[in-house]
Amino acid sequence: MSQTEPEAPSLYAAREPIFPRRVKGKFRNLKWVLMAVMLGIYYLTPWIRWDRGPQLPDQAVLVDLANRRFFFFWIEIWPHEFYFIAGLLVMAGLGLFLFTSALGRIWCGYACPQTVWTDLFILVERWIEGDRNARLRLHRQKKWDFRKARLRVTKWVAWFLIALATGGAWVFYFTDAPTLLVDLVTLNAHPVAYTTVLVLTATTFLFGGFAREQICIYACPWPRIQAAMMDEDTITIGYRSWRGEPRGKHRKAEGAEKLGDCIDCMACVNVCPMGIDIRDGQQLECITCGLCIDACDEIMDKVGKPRGLIDYMALTDEASERSGKPVKSVWKHILRPRTIMYTTLWALVGVGLVVALFIRSDIDLTVAPVRNPTFVTLSDGSIRNTYDVRLRNKHGEDRPFYISLKGDPALRVQLEGTPYSSVKVPADSTYLQRVYVIAPKGSEPAESERVEFRFWVEDTASGERAYKDTVFNGRAN
Amino acid sequence: MAKKPNQKQEVGTTGHEWDGIEELNNPLPRWWLWTFYACIFWAVIYSFAYPAWPGIKGATAGFLGWSTRADVAEEIAAQEAKLGPINEKLASAELTEIADDPELSGYAVSAGAAVFKTWCAQCHGSGAAGAKGYPNLLDDDWLWGGDIEAIHETVSYGIRNETSDDARFSQMPAFGKDELLESAQIDQVVNYVMSLSGDPMDAAQVADGAVVFEENCAACHAEDGTGDRAQGAPNLTDAIWLYGGDFDTIKETVVNSRFGVMPNWDSRLSEAQIRAVATYVHQLGGGE
Repeated sequence: MSQTEPEAPSLYAAREPIFPRRVKGKFRNLKWVLMAVMLGIYYLTPWIRWDRGPQLPDQAVLVDLANRRFFFFWIEIWPHEFYFIAGLLVMAGLGLFLFTSALGRIWCGYACPQTVWTDLFILVERWIEGDRNARLRLHRQKKWDFRKARLRVTKWVAWFLIALATGGAWVFYFTDAPTLLVDLVTLNAHPVAYTTVLVLTATTFLFGGFAREQICIYACPWPRIQAAMMDEDTITIGYRSWRGEPRGKHRKAEGAEKLGDCIDCMACVNVCPMGIDIRDGQQLECITCGLCIDACDEIMDKVGKPRGLIDYMALTDEASERSGKPVKSVWKHILRPRTIMYTTLWALVGVGLVVALFIRSDIDLTVAPVRNPTFVTLSDGSIRNTYDVRLRNKHGEDRPFYISLKGDPALRVQLEGTPYSSVKVPADSTYLQRVYVIAPKGSEPAESERVEFRFWVEDTASGERAYKDTVFNGRAN
Repeated sequence: MAKKPNQKQEVGTTGHEWDGIEELNNPLPRWWLWTFYACIFWAVIYSFAYPAWPGIKGATAGFLGWSTRADVAEEIAAQEAKLGPINEKLASAELTEIADDPELSGYAVSAGAAVFKTWCAQCHGSGAAGAKGYPNLLDDDWLWGGDIEAIHETVSYGIRNETSDDARFSQMPAFGKDELLESAQIDQVVNYVMSLSGDPMDAAQVADGAVVFEENCAACHAEDGTGDRAQGAPNLTDAIWLYGGDFDTIKETVVNSRFGVMPNWDSRLSEAQIRAVATYVHQLGGGE
């Protein structure tokens, strides 16, 4: 600690309450549309039905943890195909990188659930308690009279209902939604469902109603990481200080003609959900939601000045505009090696996933040679190897799987527990079958160290085939 | 995203400075501080509620009385209660009919695998491949029989032990040590035995060996050398040797005899466990 410190600063500070004012404009409209679309997707998706036959669930999007299946419309993902999920997550990550590098914190400003739900909560708050000034008055009113209590309680109840619906909708993605809704209401659902709903209701209520911008500033790591993807060509929100300054009220006061375009009306500050003054420059808290642009444009229209005193712009634009050089177009900002690279990577992963999706088959097998022991000598001197073969039947009905091998003609297949070469694999499941491969005494595979061969599995009902290569260990092993 | 100094707030610095870069001393949010205090408060309560504070003889028990050991005992009891009906069904089922009931045999194989790895793997190996003197349970050669009933009896009462009256018992004479056969006769009979399973041997001695075999060995191992399961006498014509099939090892067996022992498990395992492990062994690939 420095000795020159005059007095110890306070170690903590209360949150400055923020009362964003209502605003109209194109970015506000865009946010309304996006909010409606995204909330709609979130709340309604679990209720979409998709017929998959009698033995499979008919919910279009379902993460069936109990049975280890993920259903997405016509796609069914098994645990061993988790790379599809991993690939989608990689794509989501790269997509986020791309948008951040091109358009800045657009995710934070428009699409992040924290922003969307906070926006919704502020909307409800405005309906119940009124706009900024009314809310400010209510906040400053120390005495809890009937009106204040009524407004507060109404608001909290409304918030709580939204939070409950949010937490409630989440669990519908994990089990059949109509059944679970009935179970939840009749108190027959699993405790895990109630706990999940409770936790998500609580977090939604607290984060959307009270924590709000604190989550973005203190809790979320993403704003800190984003700086790594942004550069001077990234579109962010800027204030044209060279046009606006010196700011001041445009009254008939002396020297009004010397003032810049900014009339210091504080509209941009009053509408900001993060409670900052964009005229201080681009700053950590700014989620680039564009509401200050709408607010300022409205004022500029009224005072008869051109729009765009506050605007989406890149850092390089400032230097160009100040020196009077032509400003790069938005597309020139966006199209640069970094964004092209992100787009390419994103597309490559996507194409890979689509190809993988189309070439995968409805039957599958994995072969695990038993290595304890590597081989068994039978009484007639023949050598036997054992394989744990997992047969996967992704069809909605039972299927007979015929198991054979291709390799040295001396090798023959025998299944544990059945004299036949074919087993019935139940619908939509994995079946473990122990398979023996036997080489007669003195034959080539029996005497050698290791022989390669291929297991073939055929779904005799549909004719689909699948194979896996493996090895046979002989006596010399 | 360079942050310009906020003109409205007067933020002090910590006094730390590196190359002209000063460290601002922004205050913590108040809710953060209160969360921090709440965590400390929680930690104190927690340390008295659960085992935490070390003492001379052990840690404090905590007023909630929680212990991992009690949890495990409770879980084991719950699991046993849950498995009670199927264990009862397994213990009372007809042995030969277990395999026909998919639910029962599925349970028996899983439970048997656990029993095997706990009690049997020490001698027979975790993969049941056995070792010298300890039979391989994967192959199709059985000393005392390989159907489910024979395996069940072997597991229940054991072999050549002194703790069960029903143990399977037989004893091969030590032909060399007890001077029942001349050294030359032993060589002859060993060569004859090797010829039975087609192993390379001294053909000149086989004819004499056959005579020795018929007089001394055929009573138990049968005239054709295929053995007798009632006495646990091994089949000498197949490719499987419990102790080894080379000349020296077979000679050692003839000279000193062998006395493989297996404990009886009826005093240590429940009937359901014995049946489970018998079912497990029976389906390993050699069951008859």
